Amino acid sequence: MPLLEIKNLTYTAGDKIILDEFSLSIESSEVHALLGTNGTGKSTLAYVIMGCEGYKPASGEILFNGKTIDELKIHERAQLGITMAWQEPVRFEGINVRNYLALKSKETDPSMYLEMVGLHPELYLHRMVDKSLSGGERKRIELASILALHPKLALLDEPDSGIDMLSTQDIINVINVFKKNGSSVLLITHREEISLIADRASQMCKGKIVCSGNPEKVAEYYKSRKCLVCDGEVCAYV
Amino acid sequence: MSELDALMKAFGESGGDSSILADKEVAHFVVSGHSILSMQSVEGLEVKAKETLTGISASIRVRKGIKVQNPVHLCFGILHKKGNQKIKMDVRLEKNASAHFIAHCIFPKAEKVKHIMDAVVDIGEDAEMRYSETHYHGVYGGIEVIPRAIVKIAKNGRYFTDFTLITGRVGKLGIDYSVEAGENAVTELTAKVFGHANDDIKIKEEVLLQGENARGLIKTRVAIEDEARAEITGITEGNAAGARGHVDCMEIVKDKATAKAIPIVNVRNPLAKVTHEAAIGSVDKKQIETLMAHGLTPEEAVDVIVKGILR
Repeated sequence: MPLLEIKNLTYTAGDKIILDEFSLSIESSEVHALLGTNGTGKSTLAYVIMGCEGYKPASGEILFNGKTIDELKIHERAQLGITMAWQEPVRFEGINVRNYLALKSKETDPSMYLEMVGLHPELYLHRMVDKSLSGGERKRIELASILALHPKLALLDEPDSGIDMLSTQDIINVINVFKKNGSSVLLITHREEISLIADRASQMCKGKIVCSGNPEKVAEYYKSRKCLVCDGEVCAYV
Repeated sequence: MSELDALMKAFGESGGDSSILADKEVAHFVVSGHSILSMQSVEGLEVKAKETLTGISASIRVRKGIKVQNPVHLCFGILHKKGNQKIKMDVRLEKNASAHFIAHCIFPKAEKVKHIMDAVVDIGEDAEMRYSETHYHGVYGGIEVIPRAIVKIAKNGRYFTDFTLITGRVGKLGIDYSVEAGENAVTELTAKVFGHANDDIKIKEEVLLQGENARGLIKTRVAIEDEARAEITGITEGNAAGARGHVDCMEIVKDKATAKAIPIVNVRNPLAKVTHEAAIGSVDKKQIETLMAHGLTPEEAVDVIVKGILR
């Protein structure tokens, strides 16, 4: 039984179909890369899986450990073991990094999680998770906080994007920690070199999976501009 | 139990360390209602006070060049359900002096209590004063707190104040501070208040940047719920070359509470610069969702966010 099973999921925004009869499954301890250019529905999929407000699918089903989670709120999904690192994590005034990493974490010493994302604990534990952090620092701290939760499934929305982005090696390091902890990962990216670190990969276009399987094969397909859905118009390799 | 012991017991129960009164190295001034219960000076810092027909009149002076090592503790309280407290305070830091004052304002049973503080503060050249005021109120809401201060900072002087009222009901609060900053002077006024039920919060803080290169920051953080009301006025005037000021107001509103922010910015010198930002609204949805994705319930998430902005 897959850890996560998405069956025929359709999500619309107004009259625009963002996810179109979308199906995907992720096994326990699997790292699955979801590849696609901007606007193909990758982040929306993460919000729908997490149960964010305004992201209720029009049809379809999401199963986690074989049970439907469609009616569960975000925190109820989190309590089952699903969590998410947003593409642009929000800031929190008055909460320091130490306390942020301790939120619902069973770990007493959060230092190791900062080291895993390339930050020196002595320089960051006392810092506030507010606008004094750069975008890259905030993103690393968000990843550290997700690692500290030991989730069953981590949804990572473009950890490699933005200013001061994480390097491919940084992301490989983080993914290896998730793997070591037995977590499954849905790794959302638009860079095929990042997708190569996954066990399996899928390419999305116009709310559908257009290619799935071996990451090398999917990366080649992504670069080939031979997408059957858009004929290379939307998901052309840039 | 004596009134002093009772006040110190209440102080201890609200998280304070009542042993400070026994420490000869720590200056203090303790008032219950209109009675002076205890006061102590240290070398270079003089506390003078008397009970008058209308309240308490006190004067605190820090002599030239004296750096007071330990914080000076001021304890004001009314332990009864009803009562008035009016304190007239004159604080003067002479040239190159520095001191940190910590005021504990304790009104645990207030049903019909009024606390008025009228302070005049004079900070000399190169002197620095820090003033932290924390209120501990009960759950009844029958209290009126009116802190007023007129502060004048001389050249290179520094003045930092921090007002916190996040424990118990606010009741009716009317802060009115005015600070005049001279050449190269620096001031920061911070207020953090959490209002509940029908609490009524009015905060008016004014920074007049009169001297060249004076700096001023007004930072206000207010959270209100139920049917509480808040009106925050932050006034900054840039009246000299190189003066820099900023007004930063954030109000979080829940339930049927209502909030108003009035940032007033006046610049009378083309080489001065004053900026402001004001945000009023409910708790940010993305912040809540981020914390919920960590496993917090919506209520826990809001609690963490509100406590964060009031920290």
